[in-house]
Amino acid sequence: MTLNQLKPSFMEQSVPVHFPRRRRRAYTIVGLLIALGGVMAFAITIGSVQVPFLTICQTLLSQLPLVDITPTWPSTTETIILEIRLPRVILAGLVGAALAIAGATYQGLFRNPLADPYLIGVAQGASLGAVIGFLLPFDWRGMGFLIIPVLAFTGALISVAIVYSLARVGKTLPVTTLILAGVALGAFWGSIVSYLIINSGEKMHGIIFWLMGSFALSEWSEAKIVLPYVVVGVAVILLYSRSLNIMQLDEEQAQQLGINVEKVKLILLAAATLITAAAVSFVGTIGFVGIIIPHAVRLIWGPDYRFLLPLSVLSGAIFLILADLVARTALAPMEIPVGVITAVCGAPFFLYLLRRKKRAVFF
Amino acid sequence: MIKLELQSVSVAYDRNMVVKDLTFQVMSGEMVGLIGPNGSGKSTIIKAISRVIPLYSGKILLDGKDVFKMPRGDLARSLGVVPQMSILPSAFTAFEVVLMGRNPHLGLLQYEGARDLAITWRAMEMTATHSLAERKVGELSGGEIQRIVIARVLTQEPKSILLDEPTANLDIRHQVEILDLIKNLCLENNLTVVVALHDLNLAAQYCDRLILINNGRVHAQGTPREVINSRNIKEVYGADGCVYTHPVNGLPAVLLKAGNSQHTKPRGMIEGGIV
Repeated sequence: MTLNQLKPSFMEQSVPVHFPRRRRRAYTIVGLLIALGGVMAFAITIGSVQVPFLTICQTLLSQLPLVDITPTWPSTTETIILEIRLPRVILAGLVGAALAIAGATYQGLFRNPLADPYLIGVAQGASLGAVIGFLLPFDWRGMGFLIIPVLAFTGALISVAIVYSLARVGKTLPVTTLILAGVALGAFWGSIVSYLIINSGEKMHGIIFWLMGSFALSEWSEAKIVLPYVVVGVAVILLYSRSLNIMQLDEEQAQQLGINVEKVKLILLAAATLITAAAVSFVGTIGFVGIIIPHAVRLIWGPDYRFLLPLSVLSGAIFLILADLVARTALAPMEIPVGVITAVCGAPFFLYLLRRKKRAVFF
Repeated sequence: MIKLELQSVSVAYDRNMVVKDLTFQVMSGEMVGLIGPNGSGKSTIIKAISRVIPLYSGKILLDGKDVFKMPRGDLARSLGVVPQMSILPSAFTAFEVVLMGRNPHLGLLQYEGARDLAITWRAMEMTATHSLAERKVGELSGGEIQRIVIARVLTQEPKSILLDEPTANLDIRHQVEILDLIKNLCLENNLTVVVALHDLNLAAQYCDRLILINNGRVHAQGTPREVINSRNIKEVYGADGCVYTHPVNGLPAVLLKAGNSQHTKPRGMIEGGIV
């Protein structure tokens, strides 16, 4: 029998594996979407003022066009829901999604399970930018709050641009050089940041709080700026998820399977870096999400990036919304930096997963 | 019909010229063996043809088209490569890895359809890997991985296949199995095969034509009988090899003797035929 003969006559039933899996994947995604909706609504109900779940749903629905619900609740409740809690939950979800998918993308690109969104200098660049913003002699609050995010974003991009140009060899971008250049430059920025913090006097508390990440100052305007970055970045990354699968072979094999490796690398790096920088610049360098969420998804649902990436988006959003909920309620009215919660609550869960699944190979 | 043509191809790593002014042709449906000592440039030639490394000068034509000017997807649809060491992501299943061969046939937004899955499954049947389909590749043996990679190449539906030492690290049974498989594919599907081989005996057994490479140049080419002879082996390998005729099929076969063999008495003959 020749290879040509097999083409037309083949029917699905001759392929016994792999078919049911696709439907199961669709169910998983739908399930997680529902869970995300539930977690968002739950997170909005909880706070210093308890709002009934039903009121939340009614308030949210009444904001939609064509829905007519007469308000039976005080307008302060509506303000709490729509102006305070909702933007905060949405921003937490966006940042969680961004960090998780960026982490998964970096791990795939570098074929390295230790990669996280901050591997090539994004976080340290953003931190330096933010710290400089804090230490500026004039009062940045007067400038409409925006100076720190702008400086953090710029710092992140400059940092990655430097790493990128240092790591480049001819027309190619070897991932090992990229990682090493990123780690070295990150250490360089990191020590400058440490020095600045020590000399920052009474601003030290604010800086450290920013570095550990917090959604305490979330507003609609911030969510609106982060949203397009995350949506576009996630869309681009999802578009290349099959390529990312094939790049799990080495680069040579990927090229021989028709992938333009250098181009795909560049596109994915740019997308993952942009969404990380956008997320980090408003809420600080929240750790742990980007490395642990993709691995948890791998442990539970397998390594296929076409599935791993969308699931990381959803799980990352759910995880960070819950982490922020703990951060603002655990010691209320005091806020705990959310970066503390992600590791304190996330690490035991991940270790439990690691033990229970006991998979020798999952990356 | 000429399938693959190298026109005075040179390849350099940094300033080190590894392949020099190399010219040869491969006809459609032919199985050609690249042989030569370590470092003679066999792997480099395979990499250059599959456009993984750039040329220093010269031209490589596949079906009359310049390999380096084709879109990569087009090249991957007509040329499949089995590399020497295939690093496979250990957590993926064998089926998922073989399915990757459909990549050049799919658009950016396209998902594999029933036909792609069927072709993948068929390729796994042809390479006898279908029983491994749900296994993780991290759990497979060297011979199984080699067959998985060949299945992946078949899934690309190429007209030509390059193989770089497909039998390295395999025991003799698996060596013969893999090369039988490739030879059959070549004959039945009229595939053009270029295979770099270490083992001169295997090369002589399976290839229609051999190209003996030395220091990045063609030293000799022709049928196994024309290429494998004591003079060529002495010149290229600097080793004394005894070339015999294979008792079953009359092809040349190389027997090696130890460099210090003057100290080794041919015991079997002296001690009364008991070996």
